[in-house]
Amino acid sequence: MSATAVAPRIRGVRHRRLTVLFALLAAVLVAVVLSVTVGSKSVPLADAWHALTAPTGTENDIVIRALRVPRTVLGVLAGVALGVAGALMQGHTRNPLADPGLLGVTQGAAFAMVSSIILLGVSSLLGYIWFGLAGALVASVAVFALGMTGGKGSPTPVTLALAGTAVSAFLYALTSAIVLLDEQAMDVFRFWQAGSIAARGADVVWQVLPFILAGLVLAAVNAPGLNALSLGEDVARSLGQNIPVTRAVGVAAVTLLSGASVAACGSLAFVGLIVPHMTRPLSGTDHRWLLPYSGLVGAALLLVADVVGRVVAPPGELEVGVVLALLGAPFFVALVRRRKPVRL
Amino acid sequence: MRLQAAGVKLGYGERIVVDGLDLGIEAGTATTIIGPNGCGKSTLLRALGRLLKPQGGEVLLDGKRIDKIPTREVAKILGVLPQAPIAPEGLTVADLVARGRHPHQTWYRQWSSDDEGAVTEALDMTGLADLAERPLDELSGGQRQRAWISMALAQGTDLLLLDEPTTFLDLAHQVEVLELVRHLHRQAGRTVVMVLHDLNLAARYADRLVAMRGGRVISSGTPHEVLTEELLGEVFELDAKVIEDPVAGTPLVVPIGPRTRPAGPAA
Repeated sequence: MSATAVAPRIRGVRHRRLTVLFALLAAVLVAVVLSVTVGSKSVPLADAWHALTAPTGTENDIVIRALRVPRTVLGVLAGVALGVAGALMQGHTRNPLADPGLLGVTQGAAFAMVSSIILLGVSSLLGYIWFGLAGALVASVAVFALGMTGGKGSPTPVTLALAGTAVSAFLYALTSAIVLLDEQAMDVFRFWQAGSIAARGADVVWQVLPFILAGLVLAAVNAPGLNALSLGEDVARSLGQNIPVTRAVGVAAVTLLSGASVAACGSLAFVGLIVPHMTRPLSGTDHRWLLPYSGLVGAALLLVADVVGRVVAPPGELEVGVVLALLGAPFFVALVRRRKPVRL
Repeated sequence: MRLQAAGVKLGYGERIVVDGLDLGIEAGTATTIIGPNGCGKSTLLRALGRLLKPQGGEVLLDGKRIDKIPTREVAKILGVLPQAPIAPEGLTVADLVARGRHPHQTWYRQWSSDDEGAVTEALDMTGLADLAERPLDELSGGQRQRAWISMALAQGTDLLLLDEPTTFLDLAHQVEVLELVRHLHRQAGRTVVMVLHDLNLAARYADRLVAMRGGRVISSGTPHEVLTEELLGEVFELDAKVIEDPVAGTPLVVPIGPRTRPAGPAA
């Protein structure tokens, strides 16, 4: 290949990447349609369209508008958020086993929720979620601050992971102690811990939307810097990247994305672990593509798992978090066995 | 003076490696820093490339304090290739080289015809155009090192700092990489600063040598001025004969053995 053949090659890659992007968008669309129509009460596609465009108050209209649409939108938001957060997290820590929970968001949200129940008597879903969000943010800031004390201004992946593990373990112990003492807290906690996108209305969607959008903007800003960082801190610095700012933006993005989804849907951090591994064969190592692809794969995966949970055990439903773990764990093992583990 | 260290004090936390060192790099020269393990040569190179902040003194780039220039602007003037850099698995040569364009890109404009031209030229110059689509981890050590240099070239800087670019390479590949560096220096007029371990290659491929020991510059000048039998004794504690390289005419070090001290056994 001569020099002149490099340019068309780069354009060819770009073309292929756009094709994959549209294929993934189509997959999310299919998952959305399934999520709106399939369930304990199956709704024909025509009726679903009717409910969305010109509702007349039929039973199907109500099911679609009050239950299925918020559930589906929340699934898309949480899936996108956790997929992107997982890819960011693995990129920043260079650890293929990292998930967004590593920053302490999951245990932070859990602890804040159960505390709000026993200390303040909070009893509404929206109330728990606000506290969960706050807890996730505070825990993550604490982890970042602790990770920083080890050294020279900017936390390293190792100090972050250590601080995250320590803070998570500490908060988990407190949460366990609380739920053992308080029955109502225990009830909220066990449903939250299973992970679900069901029975949350449009108000929950509006509640977490701004946080997830802000997180996505930060993630987009972070992508080129993360590409530089993946060549090591010295090379990144040599390429003119400000390392502490890049790390801080990344941590802020992960916190907003995973904090919002975990508060609203419970502990689904597994999505963040598995999705980047599913996505990398499609995207390669370029975070400018890995992040959007991971978001779309995350949304499709979460919705499909949710739909599976609705149909496997009629007339009941299985929480999406349970389905994800049941299906995801063997899948993850197969993925790791088939391809040699990725070095990041 | 392109690049200058003025009284720099360098170290990692409490451990000071270099204290009060002065060094100037003239435009268009190829300088190689030599010295025994742990003498602070890599530390000095990192400081010159603003990868390590001096605890005292200052580093000047084109007469201005390097830490006062926005790091992205520095990245358009000065490229640093650290020792044994790391890359994520599966990264292709073309993708690696394209990442050298990072300082020229903004987050809304990620790829321009300038970028494309620079990447193509860098791949061509290092003879890697045929391997552009191969993952880095499938290349030989010499090819991989050329790919990294190619990335530094795509960065489009006329100052290049290379920390032991020939480590882990066999002799043929060492020569191949150094020929490339010489080409960049001579044809394109780049200013190059390298750290090398092989004294004979250092003498052949540099027009200035800087010999360091214990964090201080012991001698600097042309290879003929610096590589003397006396200096080898002082800096490397090595007894050696220095003869003329029959190929290049540069000094050639033929070791005899560890320096025999007149008084008592060697420490």
